[in-house]
Amino acid sequence: MSQSLALRAGMLSIALLAAFLVLWQFAVSGTGTTQQMDPEYAKLMGLTATQGKSAMPGPMDVGAKLWEHLRRPFYDNGPNDKGVGIQLAYSIARVLTGYLFAFLVAVPLGFLIGMSPLFSRALDPFIQVLKPISPLAWMPLALYTIKDSNASAIFVIFICSVWPMLINTAFGVATVRRDWLNVAKTLELGTWRTAFQVILPAAAPTILTGMRISIGIAWLVIVAAEMLVGGTGIGYFVWNEWNNLSITNVINAILLIGLVGMVLDQLMARLQRLVSYSE
Amino acid sequence: MSPRPLIRIEGLARRFPEPSGKSTLTVFEDVWFTVDPGEFVCIIGHSGCGKSTILNILAGLDRPSEGTVIVGEQAIDGPSLDRAVIFQSHALMPWLSASRNIELGISSRHRNWSSERVRAHAQKYLSLVHLDGSENKKPAQLSGGMRQRVGIARALAVEPKILLMDEPFSALDALTRGALQDEVLAIRRATEQTIFMITHDIDEAMLLADRIVLMTNGPKARIAEIVENTLPKDRQRTDLHKYPNYYPLRNHLLEFLVTRSKELAGGVGAGDPRAPVIIRPVASASTAAETAIGTSTQSSAPYRSRPAPTRVIAHANGSAVTPGADTALKRISRPT
Ligand SMILES: Nc1ncnc2c1ncn2[C@@H]1O[C@H](COP(=O)(O)OP(=O)(O)O)[C@@H](O)[C@H]1O
Ligand SMILES: [Mg+2]
Repeated sequence: MSQSLALRAGMLSIALLAAFLVLWQFAVSGTGTTQQMDPEYAKLMGLTATQGKSAMPGPMDVGAKLWEHLRRPFYDNGPNDKGVGIQLAYSIARVLTGYLFAFLVAVPLGFLIGMSPLFSRALDPFIQVLKPISPLAWMPLALYTIKDSNASAIFVIFICSVWPMLINTAFGVATVRRDWLNVAKTLELGTWRTAFQVILPAAAPTILTGMRISIGIAWLVIVAAEMLVGGTGIGYFVWNEWNNLSITNVINAILLIGLVGMVLDQLMARLQRLVSYSE
Repeated sequence: MSPRPLIRIEGLARRFPEPSGKSTLTVFEDVWFTVDPGEFVCIIGHSGCGKSTILNILAGLDRPSEGTVIVGEQAIDGPSLDRAVIFQSHALMPWLSASRNIELGISSRHRNWSSERVRAHAQKYLSLVHLDGSENKKPAQLSGGMRQRVGIARALAVEPKILLMDEPFSALDALTRGALQDEVLAIRRATEQTIFMITHDIDEAMLLADRIVLMTNGPKARIAEIVENTLPKDRQRTDLHKYPNYYPLRNHLLEFLVTRSKELAGGVGAGDPRAPVIIRPVASASTAAETAIGTSTQSSAPYRSRPAPTRVIAHANGSAVTPGADTALKRISRPT
């Protein structure tokens, strides 16, 4: 029953994709020479205007280009011509670095906030003010103080991924069932064993939810951050290809950004399943 | 002579601030009683009279507003492995297997034990509660009764001086509850474990307890009286109603819960709180002859002798439940 549902859903997905590709192809294909035109002028305008061919590439063009990228993902012909694999690797490295720092700050701090009503209240106003700030708003300040574009991008990733992890950790720790804490007390587990053997596993699913939200946000933000700082990364690649007017490459980059984001999310989902428990 | 009490509860009171903040709400006050080593004491009272609060204070999870609890020679100060708690909602860690749940306490008790030794010790207690083969199952894979068995094993595995149970079986169906009561009875007979238990089930108290502490309704609840279990010591759950003292005891407890706990609420009519009245409901000789069924031996003589003057008062309660049962209550004033 469920297997046939999965099968039917898969077939429907393929059908939808096929329909989309056909429509796309149809929408961008040329209609032949539309009007009589001064050949000089036609030459200037290019095929777009002269043959009614859309500036949008069709699925065939994109697919061909994608194949090219996938065959040579890691070539490096200088600053403005690197393989898409290299660009993605730069972006992923920045995201993971900023994310790791955010994790190292958010989880211990979240523990403190979750366990201490004093810290919870004292830090709340700061969190409330800092949390809604767009991470990109920090960019000029980061560039000015750190004076390094790469580090600034990492800082922006840090600042955007710290909040969901911090808030979820604090919430998870604060809402650990009273009974479990009482068990820990009557078994004289002590502060450290209670923290690591009771509170951490109890709060782990909530913490992982925060971490999953964070990695999603970080991957959203890195593209914008790299458009700003330039140099390397998939965000810079998108912007560079836009300047080259290579819509084909822009579409390819969009596709790859989506796929990488999905992989990151699925990795977190797997981790989440690992620590989840049913009562 | 009765042995030296293991637990002495002296002048215990617990007050909570009212939501308005001005006055305080006294849940209970002037609570005095003792528990002897190896004794099984049940406490019965209506919801809200502060039974759980008393148990939490005994466990060291809550602190009294007044009074002290002395265990052995020392006033308690916080939780201890010597006072294990079995919680109503089993409170097992759902991410740990049955065995690991038990090991948690053992490795805390014996910090220098190897993990194999801890595991073997846990296995021993899993066998004790008849859970061989379930050691690697998570609580979610166990039935309600099995979970509570793990909870019992976890508490017993740390070899506590005192076992504290807060309505441990009230969330279970009747069949499972009966099986677990038998389990506790057997373990207790084998280990002489001192047990303090909250229940609202009269039959459970009659089966398990040596003495039953009755509390008046809250707020300002107190101990109304302490009832000695007059059923034979080797009683069986299935034969309970055949013992001659069954109806006198049961009716006395029932009548207390139905009417007297209300009448006595607010401290009215309570005697010396330091020495709660001790009641021994027994069937009078003639009634015993009528109600005694089968071969169960009638024990009109007290199985726990107390060196106290005995006052016998005629009492006609319970006739509504067992017509013709002429019950005699012996009132014994407590030695102070
Ligand atoms: N932390 C608390 N703050 C305020 N009131 C409380 C608190 N804990 C218990 N109480 C009150 O104490 C009374 C006794 O509670 P409890 O010991 O749970 O009763 P029982 O177990 O006999 O049903 C209840 O009326 C409850 O409202
Ligand atoms: Mg209660």
